[in-house]
Amino acid sequence: MNPWIFVGLFFVVGLLIPVGAIGIAWLLGPKKPNPIKQSVYECGIETVGESWVQFKAQYYIFALVFLVFDVETVFLFPWAVKLGALGLFAVIEGIIFILILVAGLVYTWRKGMLEWA
Amino acid sequence: MSFWNDPLKVAADWLLGVFTAWGMPELAANILIGFLGVLILISILMVLDIGLVWVERKVVARFQDRIGPNRLGPFGLIQPFADIIKLMIKEDITPAGADKVVYNIAPMLSMMSVLILWAVVPLAPTILGVDLNIGVLYIIAAGAIGTLSIIMAGWASNNKYALIGAFRQVAVMISFEVPMLATLLIPTILAGSMGTAAIVEGQDIWYVLLAPLGALIFLVAAIAELGRAPFDLAEGESELVSGYNIEYSGMKFGMFYAGELLHAFTFGGFWAILFFGGYRFFGLEKVSPFLAIAVLLFKAFIGYWLIMWVRYTLLRIRIDHMLAFNWKFLTPLAFTLIMVTALMNALLSGTSTWLYVTGMFLSNILVAWVALEIARSYSRRERERIEGKRIVEVGH
Repeated sequence: MNPWIFVGLFFVVGLLIPVGAIGIAWLLGPKKPNPIKQSVYECGIETVGESWVQFKAQYYIFALVFLVFDVETVFLFPWAVKLGALGLFAVIEGIIFILILVAGLVYTWRKGMLEWA
Repeated sequence: MSFWNDPLKVAADWLLGVFTAWGMPELAANILIGFLGVLILISILMVLDIGLVWVERKVVARFQDRIGPNRLGPFGLIQPFADIIKLMIKEDITPAGADKVVYNIAPMLSMMSVLILWAVVPLAPTILGVDLNIGVLYIIAAGAIGTLSIIMAGWASNNKYALIGAFRQVAVMISFEVPMLATLLIPTILAGSMGTAAIVEGQDIWYVLLAPLGALIFLVAAIAELGRAPFDLAEGESELVSGYNIEYSGMKFGMFYAGELLHAFTFGGFWAILFFGGYRFFGLEKVSPFLAIAVLLFKAFIGYWLIMWVRYTLLRIRIDHMLAFNWKFLTPLAFTLIMVTALMNALLSGTSTWLYVTGMFLSNILVAWVALEIARSYSRRERERIEGKRIVEVGH
């Protein structure tokens, strides 16, 4: 049988358990909403302006750098699996690939993109 | 083959016989058996999770020189059940202006992202959810769902604290995923497989001896990924009150909380599986699969305890320090370590075991020492620069 069927079963059961727990709590708990109870929590102070505030562009840049690394490390996994069979030549090739990756990091660093300004 | 040697297969065969005797087609019967198996595993996990609430509260109390829960039952063991009843009968408040669909899905995804991790945990030589040949990548992918649930919770709550907490948490999680991916490459290189079962089987010598630095980096990245102190600035009680889950109440908050605890325990387990031999302990796993499960859980608890120890000992650090630590120190170090490990592995794999282990171990120590020396000399230069400036200012 295809092993991914079991992974699918894990997804289904893994979702059923929290849905069940939250569902039971929804059945048992009281439901008495009022505007003050539902207001946005800000330590007792009334909210000023929009709640969906603008965020720092820095987070976006870190996400970009992450994306580069994440995609490229995925390329490294097949290399790592077959390393024993491929020998020293493949190791050198992999090291060159990683050095190119690190060059990207050094570039980002030198550009000052890793500073929290 | 008896029940005590291979309980999973014996039970599955027996159930298959029963179901096919009822006239069920074999594929449907197999899927039903799989469903039951997964249900039992996840139910045991949820019970374990309830136990973890008690463990966490008791351990934090001891670290802080308190007694902790001790009223309900012996050693307060019934306390978490009382907590669950309380969470069950609490009113579930949805803040006005929240995105209701996303708001309700987020806690479920948070719990699910942890539970599905156990699909690839090899509990014993014969007891394993799925022997995926890309097990290590599956761990990362499941972790990404957890990240998604946090940004969903933070955004949907319609709350500034929650949104800022979610931004911070996601920045931290994606940043520390890079060194974590890099250290996951090391067991992959050493075992020649991405499957968790093959990684455990390959550990005739525990990988912590071959890659001690890798194990350490993995632990640090795992703690950051969990969002625990010293990397818990998404929660930041003193500034953001509670972070992304601030608007959640009742069982939905319970799901986030239980998910976090189980996540920490699961990563303790993965630490054991990847670097400390998983269920293997000097041939003990060959005696009985039940003993193997006990060994794995014991190792996972040691990892979990270590994560708790770090959490309750260290202070929270600032987000810029934390991201600088990741991108400027941990990531280059992890990539250097991969290169060194791959090279040493290729050079030494044909030689004797003793030379291999010593060479790998010493190369790791060397990398760690050089990295610390570079960091130390940089901070010394920086300190001298700042102090020199101050002396000039005072002189004027």
